[in-house]
Order: sequence, then C-alpha cells, then structure tokens
Amino acid sequence: MQRTLGALARGSALAVTLGLTVAVMPLAASAEVVKIAFVDPLSGILANVGQNQLKSLQFTVEKINASHAAGPGITFEVVPFDNKASPQESLNALKAAQDQGIRYVTQGNGSGAAGAIIDAINKFNERNPDKTMLFLNYAAVDPDLTNSKCSFWHFRFDADTSMKMEGLTTFMAKDPKIKKVYIIGQNYAHGVQVAKYAKELLARKRPDIQIVGEDLTPLAQTKDFAPYVAKIKASGADTIITGNWGADLTLLIKAAKEAGLDANFYTYYAGVTGTPTVMGASGAEKVKMIAYWHQNVDQNAFEPTYVEFKKRYNDEFYATAVWTEMQFLSDSIKKAGSTDPTKVAFAMEGMEEKGTAAGDMTMRKTDHQLQMTLYIATWTKAGGKLKYDVENTGYTFRTDAVLDPYVSSTPTSCQMKRPAAT
Amino acid sequence: MERALEFFVISLLNGVSYGLLLFMLSSGLTLIFSMMGVLNFAHASFYMMGAYVAYQISVWVGFWPALLIAPLVVGAAGALFERYALRRVHRFGHVPELLVTFGLSYCISEFVQLIWGRAPVDYRIPAVLDGPLFTVYSSAFPTYRVFMMGVAVLMLIAVWLLFTRTRVGLVIQGALSHPEMVEALGHDVPKVFMMVFGGGCALAGLAGVIGGNAFVTEPGMALTVGSIIFVVVVVGGMGSLAGAFVASLLIGIVQTFAIALDYSFVTLFARAGVVLTPDSFGYPFLKLTIAQVAPILPYLLLVLILIFRPRGLLGKRED
Amino acid sequence: MAASHRTLRFAPLDLGQWAAWSAFVIALIVAPLVFHSSLALTVLTQMGTIIIVCLSYNMLLGQAGMLSFGHAVYVGLGAFIAIHTMNAVTHGAFWMPTALIPLVGGFAGAFFAVLFGYVTTKKSGTTFAMITLGIGELVASSSLMLPEFFGGEAGITTDRVIGKPVFGITFGPQIQVYYLIAVWCLVCTAAMYAYTRTPLGRMANAVRDNPERAEFVGYNTQRVRYLVVIIAGFFAGIAGGLAAINFEIVSSENVSTVRSGAYLLFTFLGGVGFFFGPIIGAVIFVLSFVMLSEITKAWLLYLGIFFLLMVMYAPGGIASLIMINLRVAKYGKFGRLWTPYLAVIVAGIPLFLGIAAMIEMIYHYQLDSANGTVAPLFGLAVDTATPTPWIVAVVLVAIGCVLMRHASRFFKRHWDAAQAEIQSAIERSHA
Repeated sequence: MQRTLGALARGSALAVTLGLTVAVMPLAASAEVVKIAFVDPLSGILANVGQNQLKSLQFTVEKINASHAAGPGITFEVVPFDNKASPQESLNALKAAQDQGIRYVTQGNGSGAAGAIIDAINKFNERNPDKTMLFLNYAAVDPDLTNSKCSFWHFRFDADTSMKMEGLTTFMAKDPKIKKVYIIGQNYAHGVQVAKYAKELLARKRPDIQIVGEDLTPLAQTKDFAPYVAKIKASGADTIITGNWGADLTLLIKAAKEAGLDANFYTYYAGVTGTPTVMGASGAEKVKMIAYWHQNVDQNAFEPTYVEFKKRYNDEFYATAVWTEMQFLSDSIKKAGSTDPTKVAFAMEGMEEKGTAAGDMTMRKTDHQLQMTLYIATWTKAGGKLKYDVENTGYTFRTDAVLDPYVSSTPTSCQMKRPAAT
Repeated sequence: MERALEFFVISLLNGVSYGLLLFMLSSGLTLIFSMMGVLNFAHASFYMMGAYVAYQISVWVGFWPALLIAPLVVGAAGALFERYALRRVHRFGHVPELLVTFGLSYCISEFVQLIWGRAPVDYRIPAVLDGPLFTVYSSAFPTYRVFMMGVAVLMLIAVWLLFTRTRVGLVIQGALSHPEMVEALGHDVPKVFMMVFGGGCALAGLAGVIGGNAFVTEPGMALTVGSIIFVVVVVGGMGSLAGAFVASLLIGIVQTFAIALDYSFVTLFARAGVVLTPDSFGYPFLKLTIAQVAPILPYLLLVLILIFRPRGLLGKRED
Repeated sequence: MAASHRTLRFAPLDLGQWAAWSAFVIALIVAPLVFHSSLALTVLTQMGTIIIVCLSYNMLLGQAGMLSFGHAVYVGLGAFIAIHTMNAVTHGAFWMPTALIPLVGGFAGAFFAVLFGYVTTKKSGTTFAMITLGIGELVASSSLMLPEFFGGEAGITTDRVIGKPVFGITFGPQIQVYYLIAVWCLVCTAAMYAYTRTPLGRMANAVRDNPERAEFVGYNTQRVRYLVVIIAGFFAGIAGGLAAINFEIVSSENVSTVRSGAYLLFTFLGGVGFFFGPIIGAVIFVLSFVMLSEITKAWLLYLGIFFLLMVMYAPGGIASLIMINLRVAKYGKFGRLWTPYLAVIVAGIPLFLGIAAMIEMIYHYQLDSANGTVAPLFGLAVDTATPTPWIVAVVLVAIGCVLMRHASRFFKRHWDAAQAEIQSAIERSHA
C-alpha cells in the first residue's frame, strides 16, 4: 500500500511536470509574428493597382504562414498604409510603422516614394542601429535605386528600367522588320529614362534602326492622344516604344486603333491592373510587353496559386514579384536563424532560388538587384493553349520569347556601404 | 507633300473635334456663371457622373437610351443640389457658393468610387459607331469623332434656339440681367435658376456620355478636365456662350497643332548659329520643345488674357 | 515745465488677449510632452508649419478678401529654394545655420510673390481667383518638366543635420525639429497678428469691404493688394522652409493645385473671420490627412460631407461657432443652452452612427469583400452579407432624423430667445 501510494505520487508528480513542460514548450519555442508594412497608394489614381497588390501580398502571406516557410512558429502579418502615391506621405507612413515596431517595409508604386523611403531608412538605421529596418521593393524600377542611391537596406525584386530595355532591345534586334522606331513617354524620370536607354541600346545593337521621333506627355493629363498618333503616322514609324502606364497607355492604344495606325507597341506595363480591361480588342496582336511573368508562361509553377487567387477575388495575381520577395524573405529568415533585419539582409544578398514562380533567380550581392528571367509577350485572343484570359476580357498574353537572366543583366556603379556583420 | 497635307487635315479634324467636346463641357459652366454668377467647381464632376451613369445604363439597356436618359439624371441631380444646398448658401456671398460646389466635387468623386469602384470601367463605343468613317490618304478618321462633333453642333443650335426663340429662353435672358424685375413681373425666378443650373449640369452630363467611352471612364477623369474648362470659360469671356465656343475651338486647335512642333529655343538658337549646351544659363527652360509645352499652353493663354483683356475674347461683363 | 508735457494714458490690461497668447505658448511647449509617440511628434510638427500657411492664406482670403487658388505656389517654391540652400550649405558653398533656413524660404516666397503678384493683383474678385488658378496650374505643370530644379517625380532630398552641433542641437531627433518649428510658429503668429494691427492690415480690410471708398480716401487698392500678397508670400515661404527641414524632401506635390485647394478648404473650415480661425483649420488639416485616413477608408467622403455642411450652416467656420457661443456666455445666457445642446448631441449620435455604419459597410463591401464579408465597425465585427446590420443602420438613421428634427427645433427656440435677450440687453445699455 505504501509502495503503491509512493509510486502513484511519484508517477503523478512526473506526469504533472511533464504536462507543465509540454504546456510551456510552445511558449519557449519563439512564436513570432513578423509584421510587414505595405506602403502604397490605396486611394487616388493608382488605387486599383495598390489594392490589387495589397491583396496579392495578403494572399501570399496566408500561404507562407500555412507552410511555415520561414521556420516553426514564425508567421507574417501585413499592415497596410496608404501613401497616396506621395513621397511625403510615405515618410509619415514610415514613422507610423516605426511607432508600431514594424521592421520590414515593402513598396512598389512610384520610384519617388521608393527613393524617399530608402533615404529615410538609411538615416533611421544610422541613428538607431539596434532598431534597423529593411525595405523590400517589388516594383519601383528607377535604375538609380541600385546605382547612385543604392543602399544595403534596400532589395529590389523587379527588373529595373535598364534591364527591361536591355531585354526588349535584344528581342527587337532580331526582328528585321523593325526599321523606324518612335518613342513616346510620360514627362517624368521614368519616361525620360525609357527614352534614354532605348536610344542608347538600339544604337548599339541595331545602328540601322532609325529613331524617327520622340515625345514626352505630361503625366496623367493628356486625354486626347489623337494628335500624337497623327504625328507618329506622319513619321512613318513601324514600332513604338513606350513606358506609359494607366490611362496614358490605354488612351494611346485606343487612339492608335481608331486612327488605323499599323504599328507594334513595345510596352512595360500592358499587364497592370485596369489596363487590359480598357485595352481589350484594340490592342490585339499589336501590343507587346516585357515582364517577369504573365498568365500563360510555359512551366507555370505559379499556376495553382494564380487560379486560386482568381477564384477568390476575381482579380489577377500578376505581380508575382510580391510572391518572390516573400519567398526570399522567409528563406533568408530561415537561413539567418533570426528575424533581425540586419542578419536577414546579410543572408538575403547573394541568395539564389531555383525553379521559382518564374525560373531561376539570384539576388545580386553588389547592388541588391534581383537577376531574373524575363518574358516578351503579345496581347492576343485567348483560347486553346492560352488557357487564362486577363480580367475577363477574352484576351490574354502569349509568349514570344523567354530571356534568361544573363540577357537582361546590366552592370552597376553601386558602391555599397555595409554595416558591421552582426 | 501628301503626307504634310494628310497630317494637316487630320490634325485640323482632331483639333476641331476635341474643341467641340470642350465646348460641350464648358457651355454648361458658362450658362451657370452668366445666370447666377456661380463658378461651378463641381462641373467636371457632373461630367464624370454623366459618363458613369451612361455606362451603367448602356450595360443594362444600351447606348442610345443612355444618350437620352443619363443627361436627364445628371440634370435632375444638379437641380436638386441647387434647390437644397446652393440656394441656401446664396445669401452668404460668392465665396461660400464657390466653396459649396468645391465640397460637392469631393463628395461626387467619392460616391462614384463607392458605387463603381476605383478601377476604370469598360464603357464602350457602340459597334455601329466604331471604326473609321473616311480616310484622308492613309489616315483613318474615326466615325465616333464625327458623331461627337455632330452632337456638339446640334446641342449648340438647340441651346441657341431655346434662348432666342422660346418664351422660356426670353425669361432666362431677362433673369440674367434683371432678376428682380423679372420676379416682379410674376415669374418664379428661383425656379428659373434651378432649371438653368440643372440644364447646365445636364449639358455636362451629355458631354460625359459622349466623351466617357472615347476617353477612359475612371475616377480620375474629373481632375484631368477640371481646370481646362475654367480656362475656356475665362478666355471666352465669362458669360458669353459664343465666346466659349470660340475659345474651345481655339484651344483645341492650338493644342493639337502645337504637339506637332518639335522646336524649342535651342533649335531656334541653333538656326541662328548659336550652340547651347547643358551648361548654358537657363538651359532647362530653353530645351523645352513646343510639343512638350503644348499641354500647358491653355494656362499660359489664360494668364495672358487675364492680363491684357480680362473680360475675355467676347465677354460682356468683367467681375 | 517737463511736467506739463506729460499726458495721461490709460490702457487697461486686456486679460483675454494675455490669456489666449499664454495658452498658445504653453500649448506649444507642453504638447510634445503629453503626446510623445513618434507619430504624434510628426503630427505636431506638421501642425506647426501648416498653422503658418493657413494664417498667411487668411491674410489674403479673410483679411483682404482675395480668393486665391494658387497659394501652394509660394509655400512650395519657398520650400524648394530652402532645400536647395540646405544642399548648398552641406556641400560647403557657404555657411548658414539650419535654424535660419526658413528665412531663406521666406525671402524666396516673397520674391515669387513680387513676380507673380504684379500680374495677379491687377484685378480683384473672380478675375484674381482665376488668374491665381492659371498660375498655380502653370507652376504645377512645369514642376515635372524642369527636373533640374524640381527634382522630377522623386523631388529633392536633403539632410538637415548640417555641420557641428551648436549647444548639442543637431536637429537630427524629431523633438529638436519640433521645438525649432514651435519657435518659428510663435514668432510668425505674433508677427502676423501685429500685421493686422498696422495701417496696411487695416487698409486691407477696407479694400475688402469697400474698394471704391478706399480709393476715395486716397489709397491705391491695387498697391495695397500687391503688398498684402508679398507679405503673405513671405510667411508662406517661411512655412515652406520649415516643411523642407521637417520632411527633408520637397517634391512637385508641394506646388500642386490639390494642395492649394486643401489650404483653401481648411482655412475656410477653421474660420476666415477671426484671426485664430486658420489655426483651428490647420490642426484639423493635419489630423484628417495623417490620422483620419488610417482610421477609415471613407475619410475623403466624410471630409467632403463635413465641409458641405459647414459651408451651408456655418460659413464663418468653426471659429465663428466658438465666438457666437462665447458671446452668449459673455451675456450670461449660456446656462439655458446646456439642455438644448445635450438634446442635439443625443439626437446626433444615432444619426451619425447610422450613416457612418452604412458608409463603412458599403466601403467594405466594395473594397474588401474578397477577404470576407465581416467588417470591423466601431470595434465590433459585423457581417455585411446579412441584412441585420443594414436594418440596424437604417433604423438608427431614421431614429436620428426624427430626434434631430425635434432637438433642432428645441434648440432653435432657446437660441433665438437667448439672442433676443442679448439684443435687448445691448439696446438697454445704449440707451
């Protein structure tokens, strides 16, 4: 009796201890929520683009949390901030994020805002080295951000303007039918840079191509593109290069169709939210774009995610850079064994990912610019092998060429100042 | 030679059609101003409302019913606003009147986004009006532009007939200059004001029906045309419908042709043998071509007119 | 003989003024100690600059009767010149302490006011308004075309920590910037108040009220307006310089017509008839833009509706509402108004809640429905797909409308009675 009681007591003591330990264990293993500030326009002219990309990011985070890709117990949370596409509002958003203890920031719509964020984060990290912040840029394509303004705390997941033009011109150089090119763009840094790189690179690769005209229109102000189309016609151009986005692109394409302009458009942003809807039939077989992914790429590793997103939101998940950046982030956290931005940054630079949503990718260490595959695609009627149509228009993209990372890779002048490795 | 002629003719047609659309937009504004002395800042918002309502009706029923119904809806909305808000504010003076229309423009913009979302909507040109009507050498001129011009001209004639040939028009003209006298004669002047405001908004709505599918229908469309219509009204002469007509055609044609001119001060100096480099003083200004400056030419015109001829080209009164 | 030259002067101590100014100074000093989060500090700093902008705008609108649609031009151009100066100082071109940079902005603003003002002040009234609109659009459009000066889309950036610290002040931390701006705000407010007391300030009022008569008295109205524009431009430029220091970035949106419109809107909301009105307007400006937009997606709609109601029912702005209530209190009649005010507030609550609920639910339905139909509403999770919340909202609005009708009639009765009593009291004191 004594012995059984004693055994019982010891047994129950052991059971209680074990039980307590098991109960306490999840607390001991770090259950950490990594917050990511999403700073982009959620109101104003870019609202629909910003909302689409916010949804894309939230969807991505949901999937990554479910798969514990960053490690056991680590989940992500998206905190949206509306910067109204303004660099100054982005700084306010940054301050609010700092107040909430958020260490990761992502943004993409507008290189002006991106530049302001890089500047502010540089200063903040210098003044507060124990509370460093990291900036993941998924769409701001000003080459300066990885050249003269390059920063250790900035990682870019979209191909910049020079890279896209490098890819585009390599493709164009192989087409003997292109003889006269017209460049039209929006009159601000982006449009000016597209024109500059287009002229430079075409002169190098196909000196026989004539640049028959160049125009810069004020941003988002021109309603009537018919005069520009008339000018393009008068110049005899067979190809038009433009970095336009939004209404500036759709109105241009519509005006061209109306005037019966028989020229091909080489664009950057034909696939962005809202443009396919308005482009519709008027762009068929005439509009090409260069992008890191589209709905009908071969070996579409992203297909199931895209289909699920479309079913849930009836919207297109085309900004796969958002997925890519989260993939890199979670893998870097796993590799660094920590969520501290400084350690994660050291883990992320030079990282390689093979077989991702769009082929093999490398985060170049020198300037933190992602090296990636690019696709040249034409806008055409959906059907047959082209399974997915864009924004329920009945039209979609068809791959014309696949450009390996080395094709679009451009040199950099970045002299990066790195902090002491912790 | 052929190419130059083709370019000239097409540009002229483009300029005139754009100018006529501007006129449709600004005629309502001129009417409201000449009647009530109120500069309606929400005018461009009524244009946007017209486009969206027409889109919705064309989705439910079709384009042609929309052409008739949408302006009426917008006009009714304008009349309601005048009755319940503007009239209240009238006694506080001109600045509050202007500000109440300012506030209204914010509200309309938000309502439109609330109902139709923040993305552009697919408001299409009806199939029968799509495509080129005729070609000048090798350039096609779209049918829809001709339709736009036709509607604008018809509208001008209708409004002119209304003012000069009908009884209502005479009452309105009287109320324009002597409202108290007209009221003393037994006419319901506040009701006349309400009708004129509603009518002006209906004209803006009509412009929206016509312009919304040629140019993109999206929440930002009011901002892009907002300032230009004020330029038209001021340059034409505040209170003069004929002035607005002349001014809109002038602006349309000048802007269209300016785009074709790739000359700047740098090229001018180069012709004279003086070579300017990026280090020269004022280079950023001098290298701007006329084509790049074309979109701000209307504002330049506005400032010049206000300095040298403040009552506008054909204006009757100067405030 | 010296004694006979002495005159007797009696100037009673204006306690109200002393109290108001002291309260202002104390508020400026104490505010960051009460609200000390980083975001709150940014908000307070921005309020400091916008107060100067709105006060300078009121010099044109409220005091001189000049409706301008292009005030952001002077603020923005002052900011650009200030930031270029800061960059020049950083590169060692010359020396200037950061604390004096706003003065550079001020002179820049005044310079552009001299330039543009000559053209704009030739006429008054609606013509003046239109020409300021034209110039505002011109400058805004050129801002993207001249990237050398305006920095293009990205704007011009700078570092406000220039050179060696003076007394340990580097202006790196936000709190130091706040106090710098607070000092400038105080100085500028005092200066602008002093201006209203000068002959020029008074003549501006005269030109506003009756230009013809002012001419008769011998003043050139155009000259007066020109001088007012220059002085307003000076203070606007100071505010621009302060903004450049605070944000360390200036971009084309600082000169945009949207900004000009916002200055107009909020100055008017604050109240153009009183000196302190724009200060209230500035506070609301910063609060709405920075904080309201984070609370609700429908902030612009609320702002628009609020503005409409203010223009329709209280065109004198919030300042006028405060003043008329103070006036009633001064005559001791406020006691009878407590209950009517309470009634109006009680009636207003369900009305406001119902309308806000409907707006928020519609916004959620439009924008967020893909993430589920449950919307967060006043801390409750509400399922917008079910009819219950909608019915509740409609009922609330209905109740609110009925209550409001009665409450407003009740209020009006008491208000009119109070006003009548005050009127008779005034007449009796005159008799």
